[in-house]
Amino acid sequence: MSDFSFWVILKNLIWATQWTIALSLIAFIGGGIVGLILLFLRTSQVKWLEVPTKLYIEFFQGTPLLMQLFLFFFGVALFGIEVSPWTAAGLALTLWTSAFLTEIWRGCVEAIPKGQWEASASVAMNYIEQMRYVILPQAMRIAIAPTVGFSVQVIKGTALASIIGFVELTKAGTMLNNATFRPFLVYALVALIYFCLCFPLSWFAKRLEGKLNVAR
Amino acid sequence: MTYHLEFSALLPYWQDLAWGLWFTIVLTAVSTVVGIAVGTLGASARSFGPPWLSGLVRVYVELIRNTPFIVQLFFIFFGLPALGLKLSETTAAFIAMVVNLGAYSTEIIRAGIDAIPKGHIEAGVSLAMTRLEVLRYIVLRQAFAKIYPALSSQIVIVMLGSAVVSQISAPDLTYAANFIQSRNFRAFEVYFVVALIYLMLSILLRYLLRLIGDRFVKVG
Repeated sequence: MSDFSFWVILKNLIWATQWTIALSLIAFIGGGIVGLILLFLRTSQVKWLEVPTKLYIEFFQGTPLLMQLFLFFFGVALFGIEVSPWTAAGLALTLWTSAFLTEIWRGCVEAIPKGQWEASASVAMNYIEQMRYVILPQAMRIAIAPTVGFSVQVIKGTALASIIGFVELTKAGTMLNNATFRPFLVYALVALIYFCLCFPLSWFAKRLEGKLNVAR
Repeated sequence: MTYHLEFSALLPYWQDLAWGLWFTIVLTAVSTVVGIAVGTLGASARSFGPPWLSGLVRVYVELIRNTPFIVQLFFIFFGLPALGLKLSETTAAFIAMVVNLGAYSTEIIRAGIDAIPKGHIEAGVSLAMTRLEVLRYIVLRQAFAKIYPALSSQIVIVMLGSAVVSQISAPDLTYAANFIQSRNFRAFEVYFVVALIYLMLSILLRYLLRLIGDRFVKVG
């Protein structure tokens, strides 16, 4: 037991951090892609596209992320497909992220004045062209700050993947604690590493927000 | 091989689910009330307190907002006993929830306070109101009306986040789900039903918060 010195603990935690980062990136990029598709459906003004999207968002925003992880971990296995913690965590976090990003971005799209829609419609643009050339480029400007802000939630969300056995920072902390019986030190270090990942993003999001307010 | 869903396997366990649901509701209600009280104090200290206090509150808010809830929970439940502070899993769950919501609501309420024009405070002072009266009747009242929607959605997020307390064996709804699936091996059915219960709970909570907001918080 004595060979688990402070530096060994820290080294192992930092090693595990790469999986937290990898999972965050998968969830954020995957969620961004799914979210963008959902955004088109959600703002399409076509009822049979909008209603299922709304239900999807309601489900992922209205249930605990932990439940979603359990459902993917145990649920996909029912179809006879072997699910690794990687697949379950990646899928659940991607869909969870997409639901929140869609709602954030919808707010930004709706903040664009109606006249922009009417003007682009009057030059015979269809819905996809309106979004692509007129609405999204403007909405993107407002969307950056809250999107960066949400990336912090994604990183924190990956901590729950530890519960289904995905070895990332939190799980590594639990394992090291079991081996060393130094919970105070281990969890303090885990928290500190999360802080180092999240704080720059929070700070950056806040700065972007401030800039945007000045521009207005 | 096809799997047959068997929701009736849950029926013998309905009491476990009911107790778990009750715990989740009580946990959410108590930590909402105490957490917002902490947030109100924190935001007041952050905006009007002496620099050292304001700085301290800022560190607290940033530390909590930039670390996952589960790590905070583990730190409180596993880490603090090393300093001689032993907590039961229920106490640890309540404390972690309050500490978490306290930080978020501090930040939200502070944003509301920042949005109040300085003239309102000066007007209050010129009417010979004490500082506490200005804070209570002018600053906080308007701040709450402004940030109420943001605060409501944070409360729903915290309620959903409370599922994590099952990991230190606090007997909440998710704990009941884990217990049931370890008994009847119907993991998907259990988690599906419990996810739906959470969904109902968050819809009801949002509705309730809107009613409370319309009745008490709006500045007419």
